[in-house]
Amino acid sequence: MFGTALIVFRETLEAALFVGIVAAATRGVAGRARWLAGGVIAGVIGALALAAGAEQISAMADGIGQDLVNVSILSVALVMLAWHCIWVSTHGREMSQDAKRLGSSVQEGVRTPGTLVVAVALAVLREGAETVLFVSGLATGAPGGSHDLLMGASLGLLGGAVLGLLIYFGLSRVKPQHLFAVTNVLILLLAAAIASQLARALAQAGLVDIWSGALWDTSAVLRSDSPGGILLHALAGYDARPSGLQLVFYVGTVLVIGLGTRHINRYQQRNAARTGMGSLARAQ
Amino acid sequence: MVQKMNLLSTLSSAFRLACGLVALSAATLSMAEPEAALVIKNHRFEPAEIKVPAGQRVRLTVHNQDTTPEEFESHKLNREKIVPPGAKVAIFIGPLKPGAYEFWGEYNESTAQGTVVAQ
Repeated sequence: MFGTALIVFRETLEAALFVGIVAAATRGVAGRARWLAGGVIAGVIGALALAAGAEQISAMADGIGQDLVNVSILSVALVMLAWHCIWVSTHGREMSQDAKRLGSSVQEGVRTPGTLVVAVALAVLREGAETVLFVSGLATGAPGGSHDLLMGASLGLLGGAVLGLLIYFGLSRVKPQHLFAVTNVLILLLAAAIASQLARALAQAGLVDIWSGALWDTSAVLRSDSPGGILLHALAGYDARPSGLQLVFYVGTVLVIGLGTRHINRYQQRNAARTGMGSLARAQ
Repeated sequence: MVQKMNLLSTLSSAFRLACGLVALSAATLSMAEPEAALVIKNHRFEPAEIKVPAGQRVRLTVHNQDTTPEEFESHKLNREKIVPPGAKVAIFIGPLKPGAYEFWGEYNESTAQGTVVAQ
């Protein structure tokens, strides 16, 4: 039972942390609970469908069908998160200024970002499909021990949910004026982690064949399968033996988001200066 | 209108070219690789030790003959892939330096253990 619980916990932990962070990042946003629940439910339904078709998908494209599905999911999730990061850092200031002027809380009246809802659904879809497959496999393999199995799976899910709630309530203690910045850094790291996973999926599928060697090995300091390693992997994409391509994808994502934010901020400032001067001229 | 048609036909031929290139590269990639085959049976890998050439990429196939899913996992190979019951999947590994690379099945870790030996 505990073996099952542990595996289910490991499989759900990443999605749970993800949902917890997104929930914290959208605190006070109108209709947030409904949207996030919708994202999770859509992810679960997708996971069930993906698990049901797992055998057929695996056999597709000469045995790399599953990787192709993963690559698609990761790519879309990466674009969504990167877009969200840039959007929040370029509109966040504006939004909090509006909020101050109107005397409302920072995010009140702001719509739940669709990008985050899609990213949540995709995280649940990917991790959920593996969990469903694992549990259903056990169910067919051991018809006698289905009670134990159910207990184990529930315990594992509960563990994941508790972890998600922990990070949510942990982030709830952050002062509202810093919440944007903190959650945005966390989402930036999640995006970079997804980019690193994408690089690995591309190499595993044989679609990319460059910089595949491990750059370093920190498994003596922090093993990938130790609790700390698993947590850091889920939060920031920690890998004890990253390939060159993974590092390029990771750093590239941080750079693209950083440069994109700077570019749009400058553009907005220039525009603001221009309209500012325009109104000055009109006043004279 | 004419311009639109031109654009469309350019796009579609570009698309066909891209498809052709992908198919071609996939074909050359799959032909160039040495292959190694693993079977999962009774929650064990067979063979438990598999030799592959060092210094080049290898296409590792894993055929799960059990009725339960397995997850092929290896930190040293930096790979992780679900193998549903009855499925045969491909995992590209390496190029590897000479040495031993342990792998295991995450869902049956007590029995599903193996090593890739690159030489």
